[in-house]
Parts: sequence; C-alpha cells; structure tokens
Amino acid sequence: MALTRREFIKVTGLGLAASSLGMLGFGAAGVAQAAAVRPFKLTHATETRNTCTYCSVACGILIYSMGDRAKNARSNIIHIEGDPDHPVNRGTLCPKGTALLDVVHAPTRLKAPRYRPPGGTEFKEVSWDFALDRIAKLMKEDRDKHFIARNAAGTTVNRWTSTGMLAASASSNETAYLTWKVARSLGMVVFDNQARV
Amino acid sequence: MTNTWQDIKNANLVIVMGGNAAEAHPCGFKWVIEAKIENGAKLVVVDPRFTRTASVADYYAPIRPGTDIAFLSGVIRYLLEQDAIQHQYVRAYTNASLVVKEGFAFENGLFSGYNEETHSYDRSSWDYELDEQGFAKSDDSWQHPRCVINLLRQHVSRYTPETVSRICGTPQDKFLHICGLIAATAAPDKAMTSLFALGWTQHSVGSQNIRTMAMIQLLLGNIGVAGGGMNALRGHSNIQGLTDVGLLSNLMPGYLNLPLDKETSLDEYMKTKQYKPLRPGQTSYWQNYRKFVVSLQKAIYGDAATQDNNWAYDWLPKLDVPMYDIIRAFEMMNNGQLTGYICQGFNPLQAFPDRGKIRRGLSKLKFLVTMDPLDTETSRFWQDFGPQNPARSAEIQTEVFQLPTTCFAEENGSLVNSARWLQWHWKAAEAPGEAMSDIWIMSGIFHRLRELYRKEGGAFPDPILNLTWKYTDPVEPDPEELAREMNGRALADLTDPATGAVLTKAGTLLDGFAQLRDDGTTASGCWIFSGSFTEKGNQMARRDATDPREQGIAPNWAWAWPANRRILYNRASADQDGKAWNPAKPIIEWNGSRWEGIDVPDYGPTVKPSDGVGPFIMNAEGMGRLFARDLMADGPFPEHYEPLESPVENVLHPKVRSNPVARVFASDRAAFGTPQHYPYVATTYRLTEHFHFWTKHALINAILQPEEFVEIGEVLAKEKGIEQGGWVKVSSKRGEVVCKAYVTKRIKPLLVDGKPTHVIGVPLHWGFTGQARKGYGANTLTPSVGDANTQTPEFKAFLVNVEKTGAPAA
Repeated sequence: MALTRREFIKVTGLGLAASSLGMLGFGAAGVAQAAAVRPFKLTHATETRNTCTYCSVACGILIYSMGDRAKNARSNIIHIEGDPDHPVNRGTLCPKGTALLDVVHAPTRLKAPRYRPPGGTEFKEVSWDFALDRIAKLMKEDRDKHFIARNAAGTTVNRWTSTGMLAASASSNETAYLTWKVARSLGMVVFDNQARV
Repeated sequence: MTNTWQDIKNANLVIVMGGNAAEAHPCGFKWVIEAKIENGAKLVVVDPRFTRTASVADYYAPIRPGTDIAFLSGVIRYLLEQDAIQHQYVRAYTNASLVVKEGFAFENGLFSGYNEETHSYDRSSWDYELDEQGFAKSDDSWQHPRCVINLLRQHVSRYTPETVSRICGTPQDKFLHICGLIAATAAPDKAMTSLFALGWTQHSVGSQNIRTMAMIQLLLGNIGVAGGGMNALRGHSNIQGLTDVGLLSNLMPGYLNLPLDKETSLDEYMKTKQYKPLRPGQTSYWQNYRKFVVSLQKAIYGDAATQDNNWAYDWLPKLDVPMYDIIRAFEMMNNGQLTGYICQGFNPLQAFPDRGKIRRGLSKLKFLVTMDPLDTETSRFWQDFGPQNPARSAEIQTEVFQLPTTCFAEENGSLVNSARWLQWHWKAAEAPGEAMSDIWIMSGIFHRLRELYRKEGGAFPDPILNLTWKYTDPVEPDPEELAREMNGRALADLTDPATGAVLTKAGTLLDGFAQLRDDGTTASGCWIFSGSFTEKGNQMARRDATDPREQGIAPNWAWAWPANRRILYNRASADQDGKAWNPAKPIIEWNGSRWEGIDVPDYGPTVKPSDGVGPFIMNAEGMGRLFARDLMADGPFPEHYEPLESPVENVLHPKVRSNPVARVFASDRAAFGTPQHYPYVATTYRLTEHFHFWTKHALINAILQPEEFVEIGEVLAKEKGIEQGGWVKVSSKRGEVVCKAYVTKRIKPLLVDGKPTHVIGVPLHWGFTGQARKGYGANTLTPSVGDANTQTPEFKAFLVNVEKTGAPAA
C-alpha cells in the first residue's frame, strides 16, 4: 500500500474493515485505540511541516493545528511531534523539542507592543503606529546628528556608529536578508548576531 | 560542519572535545551511537566534566578548561614523532612542503612582528617564500629547515606528554592512550570526526582551538572523507544562516568583507582580494570575488548601482576598527557613545559577559527596542526584580519598546542547519494577539525612515532612498520573493563570450553562482545561496530523503550551500589518481572523463587528476594549511596561552601568559580577578532540558529544571562544608550568584603544575522572566573579553570563589 503518513492516519482512523487494519499490523486493542485516539487528535488537524527552533541539528517537526485555514478561521496549534521522514532526526525529538508546544503557547508570549517612557516604572500597551513612528523618529534624530560621512582624513566612510542592532539567530534567512538590507542602507556598523554565544 | 549529521555514522573514531553533543544536540548525537553500533567506532571524550556524552564514551579524559591547544599540540607532536600521518595526503594536499619566508620566528611565546604598544602583530613575515613568478617555493623532500612541516615539528616539540599533563591536568597515561587512538586514523581508509561547539569557541584562543584540531585532521588525511571532517555543532537553529547572510559587524552576505576606511574605492577594496594562485594551475576560487560583490550591490541597489558610481561602493559603510562586535558595543554604551540599540530575538542581558556592565550600559541608552516572541529580561532591565535584577526605575532614562513577534510556527522561510542545509518551513498558525513578523516590523521601520528622509532630507539619504524594494507586498515582503532575491537572477541576456549565444535569458533565476558576472548583468543577494531557488522552484523545500549508497548524504533533501554540496573538500576523499582512499566509502571518483559519485564535486567536474589542481579550491595554494599564513590575528601556528583569568602561570613562557593580541578594554581588565581571591576555575554549560533562556518560558522545561544551581565536585564540597542541595554564594570580581549546590562525582580535582585545581560547573539558563524560579544568570560572573580573532566571549574558563551560605530570605 502506498500511503502517505497523513493518508495512513486517515485511513486507519476512518475505520476500514477490520481485516485490512489487521493487515496493517494492528491488534484488536490497537484498532480500538487507532479508531478512538488518533482520529480525535490528528485527522481533523492540519499538518504543517516545520523545523525545530532550538539547536542546529534542525530536526524536522510536524505541527498539527485545528482550523482549515479558511479566511475567517483562526488556526490553533494543538500538537507538535518529530517528522519521521526527516533524514537526521527520523521522528525523534529531545527534551527541548518535545516541549515545543509549551513555548508556542507560553503565558509569556507577547501579544501587543508595549512602551516604557524615561523614568517609567511599568510598561503600557501602545499601538504599532505609535511604536514604529516613535522608533523611526528616534533613529533618524540620532542618525542625522551622528552620521559620519567622512573620517578625519577626509575619506568617505558613510557609517553610523551611535545606534546598534543585534539580529536574531532563530529568524529565517529571508528575515536576516531583509534586516541586513535595512541596517546597512542606514550605514549601521554596530551590528552583530548570536554566532558568538 | 564540513560533513553531514548522518555522515558521522561513517567514522571509525569520534572525538568530542569542546562540546557535549549527547546533551546539547541529542538528536544529532544518535549518529555517534549509530557509528559505534554499526561501524565499530570508538568514542573519545575530553572534557572538564564527565558529561552524558562521556558516559557513553569508550574512553574519557579530563582536562582543565582553557588548555585544549596544549593537549592538541601534544597530539600533533605525538603524530609527527610516531610518523603516524597520512603521508601521501599530507604531501599532496597540504602546505607541508611549502617554504616559509626568512624572518618568520617564534620566541618566548611571541611570533615575529609583535608590537607591544598596539598588542598586535605585523604579520608580513608569516608567509611563503615566493619564486620569480610569484609562486610559493616548495621542497618536496622536506629537507628545507623552513618548510612548513619542519617548522611545525619544531613548534610542537615543547608539548611533551609531561608538559601537556602539567598544563592540562590530564594524566599522562590517558593523554597517550588517546594519542594512540587518534593516530590509528592516519590509515588511508580510516576516519576520525571531530565534533565541537562553544566549548572550543568561547575562549580568548577559541579560533586557534579549532584550528589545532583542523591541523590534526589534515595530518591524518581526515578532511573531505566520509566519517571525517571538522564538525562545528552550531547552537541556534539559524545561527549558521545569519552568519552566511553576513549579519556580523564586519561581513556582507556570503562571507564578503565589509570595506575598511583605507579601501577608498572598489578597486582599492579588490586589491587585497585578487587571490592570485600561489601555486601553478590552482583554482583559487575567490578570484571571482568581484562578481559576488557587484552582484550583491545590484541586488541591494538595483538600477542605482552602476559602473559609473562603482556599483554604489560608497554607499557601503566603512569600518575604522576590525569589528564593532557586541563586547565593543557594550563598552561604547557604557561610555555613553550609543544612543539606541535594537535587540531582534536576542537577549544580551542574559547572553553577554559581565551582566552588571550590560545592565549599566542599557541604562545609558536613550532608547532600546526589543523584538521577540517572549518577554525577555533585556526588555525589562529597568525594572526591579530584587537581587536578580536590582534597578531603580525612576532613575533610568531609557525609552523602551517591547515589540511582540511571531515565532517559528507562525512564519514561512528557510533556516540553515549545522550541515549547511537550507530547509524551508511553513506557517502553521497566526501569531497571538497583535504580534507581527520581523519582516513586517523591519519593513515598517524602514518605510517610516524612508518617508522621513524623502520629506525632510537628512544625513546621506541616498542609500535609503535607493534601496531596492520591488516586492509584491512592500509592507510585508513574501519570504519566497526574498529567497529568490538572494538566489539571484540575470538582469540582461547572459551570452557566451566566445560565440555570443544567449546562455541565460534576462529575468531568469540563476542555477548557481558560476553564472554570476561582474559587469552588472547579474544580481544575487547572497552568492553562496545561489541555486537554492531556481526556475525549477524552491530547492530548499525538497523532501526526497533517498540516500545513494546509504552513506548519509541525502542529496535531494532540502538544499545545501554551496551548490548543494554535502561534504566540503570532497575531492580530498580520493587520492591523486582519483581513487577513493577508502574504497568502501567513496564520495567522488574520477571515471576517466569526469568526477562522479554521490555528492557534487568540490572541484572542477572535468578537471583531470593529472592536472595537479589541489583539492582546497578556495585557497590560493590549493592546499590545506598547516601554516595559516597571515590569516589569524594570533599566529600562523596555534600556541597555548592561559585564559585571561587563570589559576596558574604559563609554564611555556611566563612573560607571555595569555593571548598577547586579545583585545581588553581597560575597565574590563580592572574587573579581572586573581587566584588569591578567586581560586577556582569555573566553566559555563547547558543542560539537556533547557535551551539558553527560552525554555524557562515553557512549562515542561521549567518543571524539569526549575532553578539555578552550580555543580561542585565532592572533594571541594567537603573542603568547604557544602552539602548536597545546600545554598552557596559563587562570586567573581564582577558579581555574585546565590544558588543551590549540586555536589557531584562528575568533576574531580585536576593536578595542574603540581597543584590540585578545582573546577566548578555553572549552567546558564535562569533569569527573572518565564516560568522557572528566578536566577542571577551565569553571566553575572563571566569576564568581558573575547577571542582575538572573533571576539567570542571567554565563558568557558574564568575564576570564582565559592562559599557556603544560608537560604535567602523568602
């Protein structure tokens, strides 16, 4: 039988004749379990292929979410497990990867931009427009004030040394590339990533 | 990694030194077990702690933190003395025979050219003697006293087993036993793989730690072969990619250097990057450097980068110092030289050395922006969390923006793993609340800035106004479009210079970097990724796990840079006639007309073996380098220097104790402790249940390892009256941590230069946000000094004191 993993789950879950399930290697208890548990958990879920966000083994993972991705439906991730097809991890995950669901739904996930004014004692929620307008204004003020177009010898150097940036080591290459473009077009040189830690 | 994770199964010997793969990279480590079970491989672990990797090793030896170069130089001495090297490989594929210039010297711990005032070297004597045609002179008989192999022999002659043991604290018999195991892999059909991580990089001599092992691997003929190589097990899921795309202070995408002040024009910049072959007929692939730079500028600035404006060369910022790394950034912050700082998915209050200095620096900023899925300590540095983060909020004038971002499960894109595979991943759900992608946020900041510059003008707006932004959705560019931009495309019809025939039509995505040109007719945002997203589609999304010969290559799974090559330097897996050194595990072989095998040749596919082109095509001499020429800041050969904080003198050269070219800021030097006050060696490490400072936000992990502790050997615990699970105060000159003690058999005192030396293990996962208990963080203790080449902080060897203390008030 040439079935993908997902089809396999669907087929077994939808309760084919017991004989064909037996052919798949299920005992009677297994049949009952497959019929009751697996379909509940996975058949109605959407499966998405992803990569573990932690170390650089880059284990393949399968993310299961509820919701069919219709325009007005909001997906909710309910389960994450190792991708058995992945040539490196072959379905396994470590104590960190196994708990990925808990970091996706961590109570300390941030949900709105927050701002703390000078001398402030707490954060307050602000709009994205407020935050980004203000950040752009502060960056421009500093850049215009401290941008070094020429060094002491009169050589063109076009660098900005008074605002710096650290880039994310779990972000995608595409995010990295866009970030590089923005930072360097501003002339930013105090610019680094997590390669060293 | 030069090789792949699965390729580890082909090894005959696995050495884990400078890492702890069983706990830090568990799902990759299974390939070590596979090598043991299926290939009869032996596992050797050298580590200050008896780790879980050590617990499944065939042989374990302890070592004092920060002394790996002494150990490995002793191994080189052993290999040369026993003549346990792969002669044919060393003669043909390394620079062992090349003759070094007169004037090169090493005396009393210093190489020739040292300048005491600048703490740096004039490296001009660290090079080959050239003949009239500009080629390096060679002595194939190895008789010349200045040929590399003889200089190396002389350099390592001091590292006798006695000296190694005196410095490292490793018993001589254990050291010699490991030398014997390593030496056995000099046989052409035997391979050793080296697995390492931050245990080697986080030292003031980090780059040289790795280099010393790379030299061993060259001497043994273990580079380029199945089951061999230098395999850096990288930490974060895309730290390889961030480095590849050039998000380092001194880099541009694809390992191109950001220009320096003195490189006043593109031609001037290119002068040091011509990479003329140093031996006849060599490939010296970096000769194509200009094509990569011009194609990058075309990707970044499009039509605004023209021949007339030197491809917008002046728009690139120029560096006046080697790099504005993070240690320098926090020094500048503390000196009031930084106005703003943006932390994208980075938590420096936890991650960078001398936490007090980091906190003081952040307090001096005018503004701080954090972009993160999680509530990080850095974003709350200004808030009082008790002794773990004492702060007087009202006095801190920094404006702080805490921006919520998507996490891995909520975005499309590619990540580069340790083995250089670019794997595409897909979005599974929307982010919570108003969290947005980093792409959306960076675009939002950029558009606002561009608009302000359009309206108001300001300092040098040209690069901002001309940055290419031709995305279907300019507000949040599609990752696939960005991936295609990095891959590159033809901007005009590319023709065969000989016949004029059109080879690639204008607008076509390129198949690889071989198509890049330096005349502005091609654009590619990251040349080493060229081939990842072609007219055939997204190669990074491929999912065919077929593995020819079951040899751990899987060439059609995702895509690997460069050119989908899975094993770097794979030409060196075959002998000079093109036959595999190990006939049981060939990678590529010469079939009479071309190179064929299971991997993309790291070599001209039709270059005949008889042409004598070396296998290390990126190097100008075509050879692996036992002598690094002028490419390392601290010497062409590795040398043992003590950590900046060390319990002992340097027995080799007392006057030059630590790395003479380490960059140390005065305020940091003042914060170094001495063994009189801080008698114990400390080393940081990671637990298998936690990932840095993220998993304390995940409930399961916070339950598994809920609170901060240090690991102390039984002998020291007894001496200090410390009980299992009792409270201790661990202090360095920079700060103190109060936490529980885990008294262990896993760390035993070492006899260093005749004195018992205790090592304390400091796991680093706790802070004051998340679901685990509050902790001070290991970086409260660590010194602010970096590797002389990369400025990676010295987290793995520093000095502390430890005292029994009472439980803190609840």
